[in-house]
Amino acid sequence: MTDRPIIDIRNAAKSYGSLEVLKDISLQVKRGQIVAIIGPSGSGKSTLLRAINDLDPLTSGEVWLEDTQVNKKLPTRQYEAHINAVRQNIGMVFQHFNLFPHLNVRDNITLAPKMLKGLSKAEADQLAVEQLNKVGLLDRIDYYPSQLSGGQKQRVAIARALAMKPKVMLFDEATSALDPELVEEVNLVMKQLAEEHMTMIIVTHEMGFAQDVCDRVLFMDQGVVVEEGPPEVIFKAPANDRTKNFLRKHLKGQN
Amino acid sequence: MGLDFSVVPPFAAALLTGALWTIAITASAAVLSFFGGILFAVIALYAPLFIKLPFRLFAWLFMGTPLLLQLFLIYFGLIQIGIDLPAFVAGVIGLGLHYTVYNSDIIQSGIRAVDTGQYEAARTLGLSRIQALRKIIVPQAVRSVIPPIGNNMIALLKDSALVSVIGVAELTLSSQMAISRTFRPFEFYVAAAACYYVINLGLEAGLRRIERRIQIAR
Ligand SMILES: Nc1ncnc2c1ncn2[C@@H]1O[C@H](COP(=O)(O)OP(=O)(O)OP(=O)(O)O)[C@@H](O)[C@H]1O
Ligand SMILES: [Mg+2]
Repeated sequence: MTDRPIIDIRNAAKSYGSLEVLKDISLQVKRGQIVAIIGPSGSGKSTLLRAINDLDPLTSGEVWLEDTQVNKKLPTRQYEAHINAVRQNIGMVFQHFNLFPHLNVRDNITLAPKMLKGLSKAEADQLAVEQLNKVGLLDRIDYYPSQLSGGQKQRVAIARALAMKPKVMLFDEATSALDPELVEEVNLVMKQLAEEHMTMIIVTHEMGFAQDVCDRVLFMDQGVVVEEGPPEVIFKAPANDRTKNFLRKHLKGQN
Repeated sequence: MGLDFSVVPPFAAALLTGALWTIAITASAAVLSFFGGILFAVIALYAPLFIKLPFRLFAWLFMGTPLLLQLFLIYFGLIQIGIDLPAFVAGVIGLGLHYTVYNSDIIQSGIRAVDTGQYEAARTLGLSRIQALRKIIVPQAVRSVIPPIGNNMIALLKDSALVSVIGVAELTLSSQMAISRTFRPFEFYVAAAACYYVINLGLEAGLRRIERRIQIAR
């Protein structure tokens, strides 16, 4: 049971018209594993990540969360109920935060738990306090998103996702929209999650971070996983020429 | 015969009552047109075609014909099919539905302007389409269109004078009744205009307060 993958992607393919964005990708992620997905722009990283919670449905292939097929074919109504239940287990963090601007930090965090898990106001507030403590922003609980820095917004967005107690967290370039000096505070929160053995799939352009935090690195290009392995191998001794080329360009500025 | 504003004070109570009716009918129609506008906007954007079409037809009728005619139809016309509404209710429905259609147009554009990332974030947390719409999309859309909706409400206040023709004793009709007894149209119309102006100032102040309050929550 412990060796069952928590996320199991089987032969995922996706096309927009004649453009094949994902070509027969399979990926298994075990509980507590931290996987980085790297690759050039347009290679399909976001599409793959967003297929996991069916935000961008696959053209063919299956996505499983433990023993539930996420993208199973159901009549519309049944599918709606099914996917809403499944998504509660999959936290997602976006490049542009997507905090709800009309709600303060507390309500951003407690809205979904209150609506979907029937938490009382007191329980929900307690939850907000816990999650904000975790990301070090308890003093901002009454602020509105417009009153926060980019780094703070992203930390609140992480707290919001965590408040649903997900089994997996998906990050789509969580730090790409941030000023350089704000990247570290978000990375620290993600590192802390890693220490707590949260299962994470992280799309990132930050090779240093991927190297430090992840157990496994996937290099994608043109809709396929070109190469994958532990960070020591992918970053220090990549086998594929495309990987080498990509890393040469991307490691230049860093280190 | 020169102007003599001393004819007005004896009718102050009547004018004040009229002003209160104007406020009541404007406020009622405003509330109706606000929530009606949200409902119509959501239907126009998301409902299946067989629901959408009758609403669209209704919207065309209310946009393409004079409000005065609509009021006559609701108050005098509906009696023929057995619906005998009090003048105040007929006035609120006429004004309210008329401005529902205008508000709906504005709210639709507000909904379209909400970033798709907001919807995605809500859905990712597990909210259903309706929950996302109700808690995330519509509240933001409405906040973003408060200024143009406010302009509609100011127009609504002024259009409320039209319900005088179906016999609601609001400000305009009250001043006409005073005129018929004193034959002093200038003085009373000016007095009524001054009252509208004051109500308008109050309305604008209220709108500004709402706008200020939602500023940080945008
Ligand atoms: N809605 C869409 N319609 C058509 N093509 C799309 C759509 N969404 C994505 N694509 C295409 O799919 C390909 C993969 O896009 P994707 O966003 O997954 O790339 P990515 O690896 O995340 O890139 P980036 O690093 O720039 O975020 C791109 O060529 C993109 O143009
Ligand atoms: Mg992307």
